[in-house]
Amino acid sequence: MDTDMRLLDERPSTATAVSRRRFLRLALGSLGGLVVLEVTGAGLVFLQPREEAANQQGRVLAGTVDDFPPDSVTEFRDGRFFLLRASDGGFLAIYRRCPHLGCTVNWLPQTQQFYCPCHASSFDAYGDIDDAPVQRALDTFAVSIEDSQIVVDTRRLIQRTQFAPEQLTYEQRA
Amino acid sequence: MVSSEEQERPNWQEERGRMRTVANNLILHLHPTRVPRSALRWTYTWGLGGISALLVAMLVITGVMLMFRYEPSVSQAYASVQALETEVPFGSLFRAVHHWSANLLVITLFLHLLRVFFTGGFKRGRATNWLIGLLLLFVVLTFNFTGYLLPWDQLAYWAITVATNLLSYVPLAGKEVSRFLLAGPEVGQPALSNFYALHVAVLPVLLISVLTYHFWRIRKDGGISRPLLKENEALEQVTTLPHLVQRELAATAVILTAVTLFAMFVPAPLGELADPTRSPNPAKAAWYFMGFQELLLHMNALAAMSLVTLILLGLLLLPRLDRQDGNIAICFRSDAGRKAAVWGGLLALCLVPALVLLDEYWLELPELLPTLPVVVANGVLPLVVSLLGLVGIYAGLRRGLRANHSEGLVGLFAFVMMALVVLTVVGVFFRGPNMTLALPV
Repeated sequence: MDTDMRLLDERPSTATAVSRRRFLRLALGSLGGLVVLEVTGAGLVFLQPREEAANQQGRVLAGTVDDFPPDSVTEFRDGRFFLLRASDGGFLAIYRRCPHLGCTVNWLPQTQQFYCPCHASSFDAYGDIDDAPVQRALDTFAVSIEDSQIVVDTRRLIQRTQFAPEQLTYEQRA
Repeated sequence: MVSSEEQERPNWQEERGRMRTVANNLILHLHPTRVPRSALRWTYTWGLGGISALLVAMLVITGVMLMFRYEPSVSQAYASVQALETEVPFGSLFRAVHHWSANLLVITLFLHLLRVFFTGGFKRGRATNWLIGLLLLFVVLTFNFTGYLLPWDQLAYWAITVATNLLSYVPLAGKEVSRFLLAGPEVGQPALSNFYALHVAVLPVLLISVLTYHFWRIRKDGGISRPLLKENEALEQVTTLPHLVQRELAATAVILTAVTLFAMFVPAPLGELADPTRSPNPAKAAWYFMGFQELLLHMNALAAMSLVTLILLGLLLLPRLDRQDGNIAICFRSDAGRKAAVWGGLLALCLVPALVLLDEYWLELPELLPTLPVVVANGVLPLVVSLLGLVGIYAGLRRGLRANHSEGLVGLFAFVMMALVVLTVVGVFFRGPNMTLALPV
């Protein structure tokens, strides 16, 4: 505002290296630039991904450890994941979305595979690639076990290229 | 008080004459008073630019109507579109006109692009408008893409899921743009809100401003392209009123009637309510992106993306690549150019289906070349082969038909455009469950 005011009583100046007119023009210009930057920044922050809104499920209480027999895959439709209990008792929450083009995979109990109907990608029970065209294993969610209660945090996706044993979560026994 | 003059019977003829003057004035703000006779030849332009503009106008009007009845929320969107189809008087018609105009617009713009290319409409100072035209095509595709999601049926949900995932394969910014559009990991309420705001507010403003510039630029460039005058030949001009305006009105009447009739008999499709747990098989993007989805079945994402980027770059740089402007406004440049175009088109018509079949049933590059990394066998190799093929076609046309550079480009362009059409047709009609080749049902 006050730069505007000063523009009004501007008088021709001669001796300075940067004339008053030029200085004011520069100052106004950079203020304008700043405004553009601010508005752009604010706009981008305003529009930023609304992960929370999209993933309303948040932390999902899946059940107690004993609800899931070893070597089983259970689908959680609302939580958008499959809960695998491996033969050694470890848990893995597998996101249902195929990393190729985003279709929803189905669990086929007969063949013990996740199968994507869009482009015929298939994955084993651990979400590892069985057959292309997909380029990485199914994504997972973090699993934590507190007092035998299994909690799956669906707020953050974990990407992986392939299955590794340390991705499994075990119940800590005292 | 009423003056004696006004008490007299109004001269309606004079009134009509005044209205006509106003209307004519309006028209002459859009058009020049005179236009070259050559510019009016129907078989030169096919009226494609004007028809596209008309479709835009129809889309704006029907779109605003639909806005009054549509609710952009995940819980209400589908129901509100269902209500349009079943309860709202003329709802189904308005929606169908909007739907079919939008699809027809993609086709007329594609044909407009072909026409301008083949007649050298980007030459002699028209380079800027060529670029603006490409930008308009991009804006319209974005329009269709964002509108596709709004009915919130299975078709919409999975087409946008597939398309935003395709987008995330674009190098550099693809992932960010895709995440920005979806505003989350999956298509959901944030995506619907974003798409709605883009579709009804951001894009219309953008389209109308750029379109206005496109029109203004035509006049600035001295009208649409026309043949160079021979020595001592005077430019033959006719008055815009009535010659041009009559033709425009005729085309408007035909298109308006045709689209409305079609919309009356074929309502816009509406599938089942979107179900994020159940992907249809096959899940396809919108038809105008199927050419690309088809390409992705044959080479890895980065290779397909690079190929498309190079072709787009070629289109953007076209005014610099083809600077022989003596052949402006001659369709296909010359006889040799016409032959090159026919050969290029025919070649694509035979070669592309053959390659699709070969890749589908016999060729398994990563298995054939086990020593090479998969990225090379599935990406670098098909890309290099495709590019060498394009160079080969250009060189072959030039040598075989004694075509000059400009005519060679015509042949190459015809090949690429026909390849795009073939890939789109294969993707839309010949891809069945699991995206394997199948006859259309």
